[in-house]
Amino acid sequence: MASLLRRKGKNLSLLLVYTLLVFLLASVLLYTQALRKEATLVLANSPEIIVQRLVAGRHAFIPAQYLKQLGDVRGVTYTQGRLWGYYYDPVVKANYTLMATGNKGLAVHEIAIGAGIARTRQLTVGDYLSLRNARGAPETLRVKEILYPDSELLSADLMLLNPESWRQFFAVPQAVYTDLTLAVRNPAEINKVAEKIVQRLPDTRPILKSEILRSYDAVFSWREGLVSLLLSVALLAFVIFAWDKASGLSAEERREIGILKAIGWETSDVLRMKLWEGAIVSLTAFLSGYLLAYAHIFFTSAALLTPILKGWAVLYPEFHVIPYIDYLQVATLFFFTVVPYAVATLIPIWKAAITDPDEVMR
Amino acid sequence: MRGSTQFTILISALLLLLAGTLIDARLRQAQASTRLAHEQALTRMLGLSDLVLATEARYTRHLSQADFHAAFQDHPAALDHFPSGSVFAPPTTLRP
Repeated sequence: MASLLRRKGKNLSLLLVYTLLVFLLASVLLYTQALRKEATLVLANSPEIIVQRLVAGRHAFIPAQYLKQLGDVRGVTYTQGRLWGYYYDPVVKANYTLMATGNKGLAVHEIAIGAGIARTRQLTVGDYLSLRNARGAPETLRVKEILYPDSELLSADLMLLNPESWRQFFAVPQAVYTDLTLAVRNPAEINKVAEKIVQRLPDTRPILKSEILRSYDAVFSWREGLVSLLLSVALLAFVIFAWDKASGLSAEERREIGILKAIGWETSDVLRMKLWEGAIVSLTAFLSGYLLAYAHIFFTSAALLTPILKGWAVLYPEFHVIPYIDYLQVATLFFFTVVPYAVATLIPIWKAAITDPDEVMR
Repeated sequence: MRGSTQFTILISALLLLLAGTLIDARLRQAQASTRLAHEQALTRMLGLSDLVLATEARYTRHLSQADFHAAFQDHPAALDHFPSGSVFAPPTTLRP
């Protein structure tokens, strides 16, 4: 401890850089893990199969008569058409997702909106919202309900209308849907059912729930990978910094080692002392960095990371991620931040420690 | 007070806080159960397939519903210009 405090400024700056590095890495790790887990839990109730029609490689409206054909596929228990689309609101320069539902008891010209839209357009229940429909005419819609505010991760930009209003608004004919959803009796048969769908309706593309879940898993893994890549560069810089700090042992440090050897300390004793010094620095940095990251992600809702996700979007959900901590990841983080430091500092010290004390002190 | 004692106190405090995060995580998970139930019910009722992570581009708002031309959606060879597009990977179904 006394030896560390003798070089207070140098060691404090090292501790600061080290803590910052752990903070960044741990923030990314905690955030992505929390989002991945939440996506898995929430999307577990997604439709088992979504069938889209592709025209010239692009998503197009699907004829309603496909519902009957899909219902005839063995194993399919339930079919339903989904009506959804996008609306760009020039007033606030935000994109909404307009979706039709028959489950909310919405009358014509009534809407249920996500809390994100309500916040951006400053709307409450009973207010009116005027949007331009597909024919360019203004359409006044009454807010009947604001969707459960805590579900913003799913519904921030949602605007629900009844199917009739939706078709009228977008001038979409009765005989088509945006896409179709299917339920399958036996989960083991889902892939077979998807195969049959493509055979019967070659212009369609089935999207399986398992693929959706896998996509989200991959999204966060990739993001984690991307940011980790950037941070690994930071880690490398840190290793170089630590190496430089230790290999360019100051004359004072060399003299200290020399004196210790001269008064009878073995090389192993010097190494053990230096190892303890390293442990003090890395343990303090790791714990402080991890704790700061936890506070950053779960107490400030990842204030530093959300701008990356927001991009150009005006409308963005306000949500608090739930801490789902993967202890294996935390252990990996510990390993990858503490070990490089220990290795980078120990070797130069060992080199100094095996040299003749007389030479070191000279 | 000796330096080593100070250090022991500091590390003990940090370890205590670390244990605190474990308890906090458990409490938050328990608190979030109602919200998760709401979200799951909404997903089931509306047949939702995606999270609102970015609303700026179609292919990042409904990630799993993106078409094969997502990155070039405006005109052929149009490069992806939305920031979120560089953060999200394409859905697994669209990968070669």
